[in-house]
Amino acid sequence: MNIVECRGLKKTYRQGRVDVHALDGVDLDVVRGDFMALAGPSGSGKTTLLNLIGGLDHASAGEVVLDGEKLNLLSQAQLAELRLNRIGFVFQAYNLIPVLTAQENVEFILQLQNLPARERRERAMAILDDVGLEGLYGRRPAELSGGQQQRVAVARAIVSEPAIVLADEPTANLDSHTGQGLLELMLEMNEKKEVTFIFSTHDKMVMDYAKRLVILRDGRIAGERGKTE
Amino acid sequence: MFFQLAWRNIWRNPKRTLILLTAIVIGVWSMIFLGALMRGISDQMVRNGIANLTGHVQIHLRGYRNDPVVENSILQPGKLEEVLAGALPKEAHWTERVRVYAVASNARHSIGVTLVGIDSAREAQVSFIGSAVTQGDYLQPGKGNGILIGQSLAEKFKTELGKKLVLMALDSKGDNASRAFRISGIFRAELEAIEKQFVFVNLDTARQMLKLKGGISEISILLPEKSATEAVVQSLRKQLPVGDSLEVASWLDLLPFVTAVMELYDGFIFIWFLIIFIAMGFGIVNTILMAVFERVREFGLLKALGMKPVWIVRQVLTESFLLLLVGQVLGCIFGLVSVALLARNGIDLSAFAEGLEYAGMSRMIFPVVLVKDVVMANLVVFILGVLVSLYPAVKAARFTPVEALART
Ligand SMILES: Nc1ncnc2c1ncn2[C@@H]1O[C@H](COP(=O)(O)OP(=O)(O)OP(=O)(O)O)[C@@H](O)[C@H]1O
Ligand SMILES: [Mg+2]
Repeated sequence: MNIVECRGLKKTYRQGRVDVHALDGVDLDVVRGDFMALAGPSGSGKTTLLNLIGGLDHASAGEVVLDGEKLNLLSQAQLAELRLNRIGFVFQAYNLIPVLTAQENVEFILQLQNLPARERRERAMAILDDVGLEGLYGRRPAELSGGQQQRVAVARAIVSEPAIVLADEPTANLDSHTGQGLLELMLEMNEKKEVTFIFSTHDKMVMDYAKRLVILRDGRIAGERGKTE
Repeated sequence: MFFQLAWRNIWRNPKRTLILLTAIVIGVWSMIFLGALMRGISDQMVRNGIANLTGHVQIHLRGYRNDPVVENSILQPGKLEEVLAGALPKEAHWTERVRVYAVASNARHSIGVTLVGIDSAREAQVSFIGSAVTQGDYLQPGKGNGILIGQSLAEKFKTELGKKLVLMALDSKGDNASRAFRISGIFRAELEAIEKQFVFVNLDTARQMLKLKGGISEISILLPEKSATEAVVQSLRKQLPVGDSLEVASWLDLLPFVTAVMELYDGFIFIWFLIIFIAMGFGIVNTILMAVFERVREFGLLKALGMKPVWIVRQVLTESFLLLLVGQVLGCIFGLVSVALLARNGIDLSAFAEGLEYAGMSRMIFPVVLVKDVVMANLVVFILGVLVSLYPAVKAARFTPVEALART
């Protein structure tokens, strides 16, 4: 079964008198366990598409089905619930809550899910170990490097074992070496924990790592490489 | 963890937080302090008024209060005494007095005073005079020509213990009566005016002088602490035999000035609370709003992560809750400590004694903390504080994750 199905997806922003068609009819299926990259020139609609898939924004037309849920039928509160329990997010920057430590940032999600303190702590520490941050549990984001911060973000995104992780240019602020480390990590999580990943990127290396690459141009799918199954 | 998060968020901008805390502390502090001071003053006024011969309840012949002359005396208080014995609470005390205007004179001076004839033993349980004599002795039943005068009067008359003082007054027949007394005691009072106004003699002596037989001018009743004055007044009105010729009045009626001042003070306190609150309210809204707008991205992130809008409202409210809590606890501590320090020695206002006397205020003021006032002040600050924080909190909850995260 597909974890994501987009049908005739459109998103139009109104900028003054002009309508900007950020997405202009996108049909896209993503299979469970995929490791997929969205690429395309700036302004082609990558972020918009991720936002719609993640239920952060409403489509102007068309529909998104995520893990069996038709997003346009859900209320704000239900969307929040869905994001909390089934979607992990990694953003380009400012991913973390600055006043919380690495461990607390990861635990935060579990706390929102009402897990008991002990389990929260154990899972947070285990996942931080998995992303290679053992011993840095108590650091605040400001005390971590950019790469380490993104690792915490990945740890947070996968700690509650979501159905899918959406990452908007996760490596954009990292040097290529650090970026590669992060990709290896995500790939490992993808394989080990069978978490689906979709990321947007401008980065050639990310595209190379992806099992499937979808190219957007002017709000439409312009081409693709890799298996669709 | 949400508390922890809120707590740390508060301290992200320590300077701003400290400023806001200071405002809350000063607000609560001043509310408690000022409230205690005002209470102290008005309590003292009431106590002075009551101790200065008023008592909690008085009984007069109807008409006496408008025209306090000998003719308006209660001529046969016997029945009244029986009723009182039955109607009053156990620990209540009461006494009978003759009270008329008189002229006091010695070789050099003369001045208008109020002559009060008292039952020395009973009077001592009701009014201040029993314990106010600082030189000489309190009145004794046998010694018919003894008189107590105030310190200020003694100074004015340049007289002293053992010297003579002549009193003149109109008797029950409307004739001039005069009698010579020997100063047997000198008393001090909270108010200088009292020392100048009142002179005390034995009840029987006064009756003789004024040809009053068994008559009295008034009965003054002192009730036990905290008993309901109004209820006693009502029951006395019902039980008194000669209901319509007698008048029962409580101190609230007898000291209209004091009650008016008390109301005024309540008004003052209320206005002060209002001012404090408006100032503090704006401070709180502004600060929290600023803090919220600095963190638009973060709220967007929280929402993206799956925090529901109500949780975000709760999160912001928790922050102001903590601020209020800390500020109020500190404010209460400062307030209570400063009141306690002042209460130990009182505030000495004798420098302004003359002016204050008009208002019936004492030379010494002891602030009085009422739990009611403290709770009120805190409740008002707290509830309104949380209420005004709702606005920024709702604002924070409204940021959509997409817009918020788009900002860099
Ligand atoms: N909130 C918005 N209001 C108006 N227009 C918007 C908004 N968000 C995006 N757009 C427009 O929609 C189009 C697609 O934007 P989007 O951010 O999805 O592109 P992108 O592929 O992610 O670009 P980049 O690679 O620069 O991140 C752009 O033309 C953009 O200007
Ligand atoms: Mg983008």
